[in-house]
Formats: sequence, structure tokens, C-alpha cells
Amino acid sequence: MSGLDALYQELILEHSKRPHGKGISAAEGVTATSHQRNPICGDEITLQVRMNDDGTVRDVTWDGAGCSISQASASMLAVLVDEREGGMPRAEASALIDGFREAMRSRGTIAIDEDTYGDAEALSGVSKYTARVKCAMLAWVALEDALVRASRP
Amino acid sequence: MVTTPTRTAGALDPRALRGDFPLLGRQVDGRPLVYLDSAATSQKPRAVIDAEVAFLTTENAAVHRGAHTLAAEATELYEDARATVAGFVGASPEQLVWTSGATAALNLIAYSIGNATLGRGAPASARFALAPGDEIVVTESEHHANLVPWQELAARTGAVLRHIRVHDDGTIDLDAAASVIGERTRILAFTHVSNVLGIVNPVEDLVALARDVGALTVLDACQSAPHLPLDLPLLGVDLAVFSGHKMLGPYGIGGLYGRSDVLEALPPFLTGGSMITKVTLDRTDYLPPPQRFEAGTQPVSQAIALAAAVRYLDAVGMDAVHDHERALEQRLREGLRSIDGVRMLGDAAEGGARRQTGGAGRSPAEIDRVGLAAFDLDGVHAHDVGQYLDSRGIAVRVGHHCAAPLHARFGLTASVRASTALYNTVDEVDLFLDTLTEVRPFFGVSA
Repeated sequence: MSGLDALYQELILEHSKRPHGKGISAAEGVTATSHQRNPICGDEITLQVRMNDDGTVRDVTWDGAGCSISQASASMLAVLVDEREGGMPRAEASALIDGFREAMRSRGTIAIDEDTYGDAEALSGVSKYTARVKCAMLAWVALEDALVRASRP
Repeated sequence: MVTTPTRTAGALDPRALRGDFPLLGRQVDGRPLVYLDSAATSQKPRAVIDAEVAFLTTENAAVHRGAHTLAAEATELYEDARATVAGFVGASPEQLVWTSGATAALNLIAYSIGNATLGRGAPASARFALAPGDEIVVTESEHHANLVPWQELAARTGAVLRHIRVHDDGTIDLDAAASVIGERTRILAFTHVSNVLGIVNPVEDLVALARDVGALTVLDACQSAPHLPLDLPLLGVDLAVFSGHKMLGPYGIGGLYGRSDVLEALPPFLTGGSMITKVTLDRTDYLPPPQRFEAGTQPVSQAIALAAAVRYLDAVGMDAVHDHERALEQRLREGLRSIDGVRMLGDAAEGGARRQTGGAGRSPAEIDRVGLAAFDLDGVHAHDVGQYLDSRGIAVRVGHHCAAPLHARFGLTASVRASTALYNTVDEVDLFLDTLTEVRPFFGVSA
């Protein structure tokens, strides 16, 4: 697989064309929102997290504009949270974000585990392209920030 | 030291010049580098690299102080460099202030005017003082460096920041300029050549409008100085700025040109050593320009290397540079128009993609440009376009190019920019265009 094909895996192109969770949900519930920008390219995302009564993360919806990497990454994150039945404990969400960040900053030395991260495994190749790491991180940083906001009284 | 570029008689031969630029020989991922990002920063000829190394290895010393041989030699080279670079833009040495770059130069102007407003200058500086309701005018096509310092100055002084719109073809709307520039206008700051549109703006027309109302004119010459013959006094602007690293020179050096009476009247911005005549514990008298604006240790080796850069450009000939890049630009623009899904920013010529509302200024043939074009590729984000091109060895800029308001005006947040310099060839432009046609199929976007 050439460098370019390793970066733009089929899954990434699919997610960026048919993104999951795109469009902020108007459903009821306790929510928190984060708006993030990548000042280098002007890409932006608004991400909303909806919480269950037990404090677990119910779902993630988002809206924004950006490159295929940033769009696919947001879509993959939404699926990851969505597929967790009964809601994702916050500690687990935080651990996922930390692990994702560590892999993205690893310059290709840490792969993303498919069992834990699902389709987001396809983003492993991004970490070799330091200029694109921020694109992949945008939605995950937004979730991190939204979770902090959700915990405020 | 050899500073004469390799050239043949007559028109510029980029293939001959390329041998003078060591970096252009490198490969990216096994492919020859095609460098189309000179509007961001230019590559450096051996003469510039050698000049900086030669100074640091044989003459380095602090300038304007010390009585030893090295200090005298360094001072002489440093001031010779000032004369050389000033001459390149048609100015005299005392009209050229060294700065760390164009951004620093624009902030220097804005803070100096702010200081004049606070009464911190000689009596002559009172004419620059701003009052609440006074107006600062910029254009829609400014780089953030020629916008944000004015926003800040307006906020500090109560002045109002206004802007002149551009037509769909990217040219400045001179009717709008005539109505925006009025009695309250105190400063008109605008770019000579937009770093996104490549259009050479009608400096004389805008200066005439500003003069009618007694406004100070500030020209951003970053994208003109490397690409066309420049005579700042002839253009009639009061102040102008340019950046060394965009014109074959090193980083960390740029210039502020000012009409002598304007520089004389402006109070200093940065203060400290090297810009004073007399200091007591209570107060200080300042040197005349340009030293008044050059506090602290100066970028000496960079100034000397920038002089080598303009000697190189002079030897090639700026008319030849402009003619060459104009030919590249026309090929680039024509090629882009013929590619499905391409929409250029500021291109309303026949055959162009989607026309926007808002009309056109000048006919395409009348628009003088430097060798760059910025565009959107329908269905593929600029970052992804840039990544694909990079995989083929082609370096372009993606993003808003520090001109977010101009992108917003064209309904975009980002674009792809291909920009040329004297060392680019027609073959490189053609390879870029050919490769660009592969991008939409790769990302699965149908025509």
C-alpha cells in the first residue's frame, strides 16, 4: 500500500462521504456542546454530547466543515459512542480520547486497536503525517471539552 | 563571493537559474520536488546562503559599537546592505528601517501611530494622532498582518476600521474606495499584490484618493517586491513593508520604507539600546530614522544576506522576472479553468467556473498579476488536495493563507494555492495541472 493509500483508507473516504452523527441532535436530555477550530486551515466542528441520567454518555452528534480526515474522524467517534450499549461511562470515554491522542502523536509508532476503536482504527496512518494530526484530533478534542462542560453544575 | 546568477542573454531561463538553488535539486518521496509555494516562502540561491555564512565565519561583530576592526567591517557591511536593499525599492538608505519582517513592520507603524495619539512624539507627530471617529481603511483582500494590527489600533484609539470591497474578479472596487475614503479617513492600508489573488492593485489610484483627504498610505509590498520592479517613492505611498524570506532572502529580516518626512515625525515603537542620543534616569532623546526604529541588537547577518538576495534579483532583472512569472500565471490560470470542479478565487474571465454576483472590475486582459492562483476543487477539501499533490512531489499551500475575510467573501474557508517564482518552469506548471486532474477521481468525486 502506498503512503497515500495508507493514509486515505477506504473506510476514511466512506465515512467522510456518508458521515455518522452529522447534524446536531435536537432530542431531549442533558447535553453539553463544544466548538473547536483548527486555526491553521479554518476547519471547525460543533459537537454535542448527550448524557444519560446515570452520567454515562448517550450519544454524540456534530456538525462542521473540514477535510476528509476530520470528517471521517468525527463520524467514527460518533459510531464508537453509539455502539456502546447502555451508554459509555465517562471514564471510558476519557481513556479512549487519551489513547487516541497518544497514538496520533506517536509518529507512526502506535497503531490504533480495532477491537477498542472500531472503524477509527483506519486513522492509524494519520500519525505519520504530523500536519494532519490536528485534523484527526478535532472531534476528539471537542468531545473532551464537551465532557468537561457537562460535568459543570 | 559569486553573486551573479547563472543566466543566458535575453529572457529569463529558469532551467539555468535552478542550478543556483541547492534545495530545488532535492526529491520528495522519490520524486523531484515541484515547489509551488514561493508566496509562503521562497527558496534561497547559493549566493544568499554563502553571504550569511561568509559574514558569520569572517566578519561577525556587533554593529554601531566597539572600536575594533571587526566591528568596523561589520558596520560597513550592514550599512552597505541597507543601501543595497533600499536601492532595490527605489529608496535612499535613511528611508529603510530593518525589521524582523513585514508583520513586525506593520505593527511598528500601528504602535507608532498609537504612541503619537498618546502624545509621545515630537510636535510633528501630532498629525498622526487619531481621535475617536477617525477612520482607518483597509481592503477586503488583506493578509491578516495588514488587518489585525489596524483592528487593534482602532480599539486602542476609538478610531473606526472600514474596508473596501473587491469585485468577483478580485479587483478592488474603486467606486467603493471613492465612497469609503472620506474626510474622516486618516490611514489607508492596502496590499500591492494580494497573496491569494495575485492581482497587482492600482496603487496610484488609491494613493490619489488618500491624498485628496490627507490620509496616510501604508502599502504591503510582500508579494510585489519578489516578483516585479518596485519603486516605492514613485508609487507615492507614505510607508511600505516587505519581507526578506519571500524575496530569496533569509528569515528574520524585513523592511519598512517611509517617506523621509513621515519617518522623521513618527515616534518610536520599541525602545532601548541603539536608538538613543541621550539617556538619563528620567528621560531619553531618540536618534533620527532609521535607527530610531531599530532598538536592540539587529539581524545583521540576515540584512547582509538579504542584500545578496536583491543583488541576485537585480542581476536577473525584475522586468524579466515579472515577464516570466506572468507567462507561468497565464498558463496556470488557463489550465485551472479547463479542469472540472475548479473555481478560482478572483477569476471572472470567460470560461471560468461558476460566476458569482457582484460584477467585474477590469477586463481579464487588463489585470496584471504575479504568478499565483488560489482555487477550490469541488468535492475535495483543500487539505486533501494538498496531500495528494504532496504524494507526487508537488508542494502547494492549503488553508486560508492568512486571508480568512477574503475567503469568506468568496464563500470558502480554505483554498489551494499554487505560487511560482523566477525558478519555476512551464513543465512544472503542466505537471501540477496534470496531477490535479487525478485528485477528484482518487477521492471518488464524479465530475
